Amino acid sequence: MSSSLRGRAAIAGVGNTKRWNAPGRTPFDQLQEAVVLALEDCGLGLKDVDGLFCAISSSGLPVLNVAERLGLKVRHADGTMVGGASFLFHLQSAVAALENGLCDVALICYGSNQLSAGGRLVSMPDPQPYETPYRARYPISSYAFAAARHMYEYGTTRENLADVALAARAWANLNPDAFARGPLAREEILASRMVSDPLTRADCCLVTDGGAALVITRADRAKDLKSQPIYVLGTGVAVSHRQIAAMPDLTTTAAVESGRRAYAMAGVKPTDIDHVMVYDAFTITTLLFLEDLGFCAKGDGGAFVSSGATAPGGGLPVNTNGGGLSCNHPGMYGLFTVIEAVEQLRGRCGERQVEGAELALAHANGGVLSSQATAILGTATTL
Amino acid sequence: MSTDSRFDGPGPDDVWRDALRQERFLIQRCRNCERHRFPPALVCAACGGSDLVWVEASGRGVVYASTVVREREGSYNVALIDLAEGARLMSRVDGLAPEAVRIGMSVTARIETAPEPILLFHATDGGVL
Repeated sequence: MSSSLRGRAAIAGVGNTKRWNAPGRTPFDQLQEAVVLALEDCGLGLKDVDGLFCAISSSGLPVLNVAERLGLKVRHADGTMVGGASFLFHLQSAVAALENGLCDVALICYGSNQLSAGGRLVSMPDPQPYETPYRARYPISSYAFAAARHMYEYGTTRENLADVALAARAWANLNPDAFARGPLAREEILASRMVSDPLTRADCCLVTDGGAALVITRADRAKDLKSQPIYVLGTGVAVSHRQIAAMPDLTTTAAVESGRRAYAMAGVKPTDIDHVMVYDAFTITTLLFLEDLGFCAKGDGGAFVSSGATAPGGGLPVNTNGGGLSCNHPGMYGLFTVIEAVEQLRGRCGERQVEGAELALAHANGGVLSSQATAILGTATTL
Repeated sequence: MSTDSRFDGPGPDDVWRDALRQERFLIQRCRNCERHRFPPALVCAACGGSDLVWVEASGRGVVYASTVVREREGSYNVALIDLAEGARLMSRVDGLAPEAVRIGMSVTARIETAPEPILLFHATDGGVL
């Protein structure tokens, strides 16, 4: 069953600052640069933008801060904040707003200076009185619980998790823009310092700076713009909890629901997808999302990744930029999953290019496996 | 000012904290679907009902997941506990090495009052699964 929103909007422009360590720049500097790049990519200007969608780790009023800096006169705005998945929630909202004429040119944007400002993950204040007394490390301990459960229920091993990081690094080594490049051995990962059992430092994503932006228009307009449009075929979002103790089943995320919605809107199934981006905040999340989005059976994620299926040369190219583990992770990484999918579908990826990629899936996670959002994107041939 | 017997008086977080100070471990039960919930709230997340009552928790539970947080000053356990009543919460299992806390282990609640009131668990049978 296909929805009427299938292919109605397209990503016309993308911007990526690729400044992963840029002292002296604020999150808003990174964001503004990405916006300029995205508008230049499609040949539009700031005066054309009338819909603004943004979230930022360090600001409670991102829409106001961004609109002021860019001089935008917006008719429609959405500052939904659900962590790293926010931007894919924004994408769904932008597609609906464009279709209904609430705006004509939608801008989704983000910026961060998390590495140069201190090198630690910055989160908006959000006190959790039923968690704080126990001093779980946020967010890693929550993901550690999920990893521990996955090991207990399905026999997943630390070696399987290490292989997620290895595949990410192998892709990063094909991407000149990736932050963490160079040789990496399984033994090195396994010997890495334990932070919150069973997750080590090597199971964690990078902390970097960065900025990213998308320009979205209705499909009929996008095809007349400067760069190849990438069509939004399906979107789906879901939320399941805020605190990890409230997650119903720690080995099955709400990506099952967001994925089902996105596949239904796009009218495609997992075996149709040429290129996959899943938010790898920690090694365990790659396994969970590959399972929950139907690329392998529940519990088989470890064996699937350890078989080499997702690494360069494997049957399912996953996280081809190097992911949050080896390319970049500026606090909230979700937008970068879409950027890489667009670059792949446009055939701009050089050594890491997935040959003949026409259909891509980008999936983002937020909070502690709390919010899930899936987008299915395609070239004109998939319409 | 409006009155509504379901919502009048202190809010659920306050009620829970006050009880903890008095060394009582309370959870809520939904009068509509009979399910228990934690943390406290005004509605039942299972059925959407808005008629919750406070009951004494049995204090019995099973470890659903466990981690050891490794800090320079030392390591400690953090665990998710499935209560016998069905709700799940975050807590710490102490009285044994943090690595010795296992999924499936039976645990029992206790309340420490100093320096701040806190709900903790210990292995029911000394750590035997």
